[in-house]
Amino acid sequence: MELILVNVIDGLVTGLLLFMLSAGLTLIFSMMGVLNFAHASFYMLGAYFAYQISLALGFWMGLLLAPLIVGVLGAGVERYGLRRVHQYGHVPELIFTFGLALLIEELVQFIWGKNQMPYDIPDILNFTAFSIAGNSIPAYKIFMIFISVAIFIGLLYILTRTRVGMIIQAALSYPRTVEALGHNVPLIFMGVFGVGTALAGVAGVIAGPVLGTFPGMAFVLGSIVFVTIVIGGLGSLWGALVASLLIGWLTTFAKSYNIEMSNILNGIGIVTPSNLEDNIFRDLWTVTSPQIADILPYILMVLILIFRPAGLFGKRHT
Amino acid sequence: MSDLKHTDIEDGTEQITTDPTDAREKMRAGSMTYTLMPWIVGAVLLVIMPFIFTSNSALTIMNQMWITVVFALSYNMLLGQGGMLSFGHAVYAGVGGFAAMHIMNASDFFASFPLPVLPLFAGLFGMGLALIVGSFSTRNAGTVFAMISLGVGELIAACSVIIVAFFGGEEGISGDRTYAMPFFGNEFLQQIDVYYLTSFWVLLSAVLMYLWSRTPVGRMANAVRDNPERAEFLGYSARWVRFYSFVASGFFAGIAGGLFAINYEILTEENLNTASSGVILLVTFLGGVGFFFGPIIGAVVFTLVQTVLSLQTELWAFYAGVLFLATVMFFPGGLAGLIMMHVPAFKTGRAGTLVMPYIKTLLPAAVGVLAVSALVEMTFHVRHAATGDYDMTLFWTTFNSHSLLPWIIAIAVAVLAFWITRRNMPELRAAWATANTAREGTV
Repeated sequence: MELILVNVIDGLVTGLLLFMLSAGLTLIFSMMGVLNFAHASFYMLGAYFAYQISLALGFWMGLLLAPLIVGVLGAGVERYGLRRVHQYGHVPELIFTFGLALLIEELVQFIWGKNQMPYDIPDILNFTAFSIAGNSIPAYKIFMIFISVAIFIGLLYILTRTRVGMIIQAALSYPRTVEALGHNVPLIFMGVFGVGTALAGVAGVIAGPVLGTFPGMAFVLGSIVFVTIVIGGLGSLWGALVASLLIGWLTTFAKSYNIEMSNILNGIGIVTPSNLEDNIFRDLWTVTSPQIADILPYILMVLILIFRPAGLFGKRHT
Repeated sequence: MSDLKHTDIEDGTEQITTDPTDAREKMRAGSMTYTLMPWIVGAVLLVIMPFIFTSNSALTIMNQMWITVVFALSYNMLLGQGGMLSFGHAVYAGVGGFAAMHIMNASDFFASFPLPVLPLFAGLFGMGLALIVGSFSTRNAGTVFAMISLGVGELIAACSVIIVAFFGGEEGISGDRTYAMPFFGNEFLQQIDVYYLTSFWVLLSAVLMYLWSRTPVGRMANAVRDNPERAEFLGYSARWVRFYSFVASGFFAGIAGGLFAINYEILTEENLNTASSGVILLVTFLGGVGFFFGPIIGAVVFTLVQTVLSLQTELWAFYAGVLFLATVMFFPGGLAGLIMMHVPAFKTGRAGTLVMPYIKTLLPAAVGVLAVSALVEMTFHVRHAATGDYDMTLFWTTFNSHSLLPWIIAIAVAVLAFWITRRNMPELRAAWATANTAREGTV
């Protein structure tokens, strides 16, 4: 029971971290109709910038400044890169963001090298918040939960309760009409792109000390973020939240409970073959759940795309 | 998506034409009529190349190049001809290669046929996987297809570490190609024998893929890419048309995998992971998806960049990334599109007038690019060389990267070169305009 609670908290942290990335990505998708492959790269840039700033000004200034820099960079990418490629159609846009992701990874290696950066949890948060049956929960995890929840509430408030949010929502659905009403739609798009990437930057700043700040960090998380918003339904903020939490808990529980495939197969009435070493399915029999935890989201995504291509909360058929 | 324009041509029949001035039309395949000539030239080149570049490393590079050609062409069947963006194409080549490797290791069966037949089996396995995946992934094009391809790609790449029996886990599986039945007494011990085997399959696959693109199915793939709705109204199932392209593409990808297995005699997880799938997308797009020969150029250029540049600098992937991004932003037609832009000038017979303006702009531009890359290399050296190691060699000169002089020279050269390029640009534009206008009296 206690272990379940610990896993719930761990899964929540992973899920909310995923949500910070997928929220920005799904907003950008509903705006441009294109998945931004470089989204996780902005997450990585957030971590690296925060590390560099924290060397001079400390962690908190990094938390404040790094997302701003990332957001400005993101807006610049939209203004001078994507807007230019947009005229060629969707596929080149997708390929552009793909190339950008590769380039940012190379750029990070160029500036900071291939090794992991010593970007650590600030001393003020480096203590045990409480412990559940001997399992200590670090304060930093609670801090991550608070930051993500605050951002989610803030985002929801801005999008649904303020005038700016209304204009953004309108611009996402009917850009022509909003433009005719006198709003600068390209500027709104640039702003949304900037805010989306800044959110990814925040995620990078707070995840960097826990998950490690290294050139491969974008690649590790990148495709999982796509999977998240595809499962949740492209363009749906609530879908992104539900899917993020689902994936967070699914992978955490699969990793901490060692369920063996042979047990499941025996459970449904298939007897273990006597000469397992020579059986061609021997690897299937010895598979355990921690082994496949990282690919569970992909299995889920493929299943969702086959049976419900619009995703869990998706409205329109893309 | 109805951006096709209807025009009535003289005999009164309605025809759809694509507007070549529209930016996104540059993405599409031009309908070119080929003769037999390019194929003969290609075959002759394949045969005489080993006589020009005789070293073993050159043979290895060429083998690598031709395999990439097959792989990129098969990828372009999806992206260029069918409008399907796949992020997991390496798995079909990889699975084909792994299957070929297992056949190599099944000694009795392997000894019953000559080695040149092996890529066919690899192709069939690639096709088999494409049959399974395609049955559900080709229902939609666009984002859904791209995401399913990514998901399946990640799944199979992850399985390759888990399912050790087939994929051999981390270390992969290896075999020996010489156990096959001798092919007219040849056991493929030498690199040169393997080269001709690869060349034969490259030519055969390229011809078959080209012919495929001319069949009704291949033409319908273009129609479905441009306007699936209209194709459906004509009575074709967009889904099945996509499915046929997908399966054929899987077959040729499998052949590329089989050739890889024969060449390197080892396959690992690297052959089917997402990074490999990304590279082949890069190669194909760099070459140009709009023309059949685009991926061939892309594969040749990319392999050269990869092998030659990676010997010169650690930063080759960085330069490749910049090159790729510049291609997407400024020349979405890729290298092939760039070449085909010049066809009208040749037709009007004024291509000669372009030579001087090109030299005047491209030469300083190239110098400028080299100067900028020198700055990049120097920055890299200052940041990452061992402490106390101040000497670096660049363009056959050794200097101290921590002194000011080389920086000033590089910056000055870059600024000057780009200034000259900029100054000569209007001249090139004017020459381009005249070269592309028909002469008076001719239309």
